[in-house]
Amino acid sequence: MSGGRPRAGGRVSYLYAVLPRPAGDRLPRPLTGLADAPVHLVGHGRLAAAVSALPADDHDEQALRAHLEDLDRLTAMARAHHRVVERLSALGPVLPFRLATVYLDDARVRAVLRASADDFAEALTRLDGRVELGVKVFALGGPPEGAPAPAPPPAPGASAAPGSGAAYLARRRAERRLREETWQRAARLAGRLDDELRPLAEAGRALRPQRAEPAGAAGVAGENVWNHAYLLRAERTEAFTALVRALAAGEDGLRVEVTGPWAPYSFAAPPEPGGVPS
Amino acid sequence: MPLPPAPQEHGQGSVASLVDVLERVLDKGVVIAGDIKINLLDVELLTIKLRLLVASVDRAREMGIDWWEHDPSLSSAARRRDLAEENERLRARIAAIEGTTPARVATETAVAAGRSGSSALGAEGVPPGGRERG
Repeated sequence: MSGGRPRAGGRVSYLYAVLPRPAGDRLPRPLTGLADAPVHLVGHGRLAAAVSALPADDHDEQALRAHLEDLDRLTAMARAHHRVVERLSALGPVLPFRLATVYLDDARVRAVLRASADDFAEALTRLDGRVELGVKVFALGGPPEGAPAPAPPPAPGASAAPGSGAAYLARRRAERRLREETWQRAARLAGRLDDELRPLAEAGRALRPQRAEPAGAAGVAGENVWNHAYLLRAERTEAFTALVRALAAGEDGLRVEVTGPWAPYSFAAPPEPGGVPS
Repeated sequence: MPLPPAPQEHGQGSVASLVDVLERVLDKGVVIAGDIKINLLDVELLTIKLRLLVASVDRAREMGIDWWEHDPSLSSAARRRDLAEENERLRARIAAIEGTTPARVATETAVAAGRSGSSALGAEGVPPGGRERG
């Protein structure tokens, strides 16, 4: 029924995630999602979809597109979507869906469950008891932009007075060399991390490096050289984190960050052909 | 060096950074076409659009959403699009100055834009060699 249009003034069904069907298709506790709308479950067989009924006028193609391009709306949507996924993952395995997956009604959601029941069930089994952890390596590349540079030590053999062109060039060269060395060390650390973390994880996946940090971390954030997601048994979380910490210890100029545990966003879709190793 | 913070527990009210959340809800997770056709396109396109919309790049950076900025495939896509647009503008000006027929100019630029568009959006935005690691 692609190309169908929601009725004006009606409701559409926003799908957050698919999970094993609980008794009575009920959530243990009330849960709200986008636009503070309550989340309910749509059941089919042994599966359930977590869904909110949202005003169609505000969630048709045009409205959604506008929301997604509005930073504040996008932020609110992303946070709400993620919150629902998080809460559900406390109950058991979940398959998080991509933001803004919207159907005309619950019957259409049920049809999706029916159509992909085997795939969903397989994935939920595969992900049961697993969490996703993110690991990022940052290179702290010199002083933050705009900050006054610390006074450099005089370059050996530099006869020029500080502040002269030659001193400036020498300083620039030294800074560049330091940055390159830091990047190389970051890449080496990333390789070590991946080698050592793989045995603890069931799958690993490269993510696009992030190019900024949220407010507050600016200045010490550095540049993200490497960004990976790992899927592992939840009980290995602590060992995993401890290993990251141990490997990262003593690496001046580098910063390693672990995020999560996440619902297995990066591993919810079936592995691509020849893709994610396990 | 600063130690990585301990991972936060599920549902403890911990606030994940926006960039990490966006990275996951926009780009990961199960993708099945809904009835309402929201082409998140590639997230890349969306974020390029966002960047254009954000009045202040600093604000985007603050919110941690400029991770597309240095992505080779993205920036080249953006660059090619910019070039196509600039090309179009310049051709229009030349046409105006020389008095050539605008229709011909329009056709040429449409072809150029189409070509750059298709090649720019093929990749998933992952840096070369940065995809799956064996």
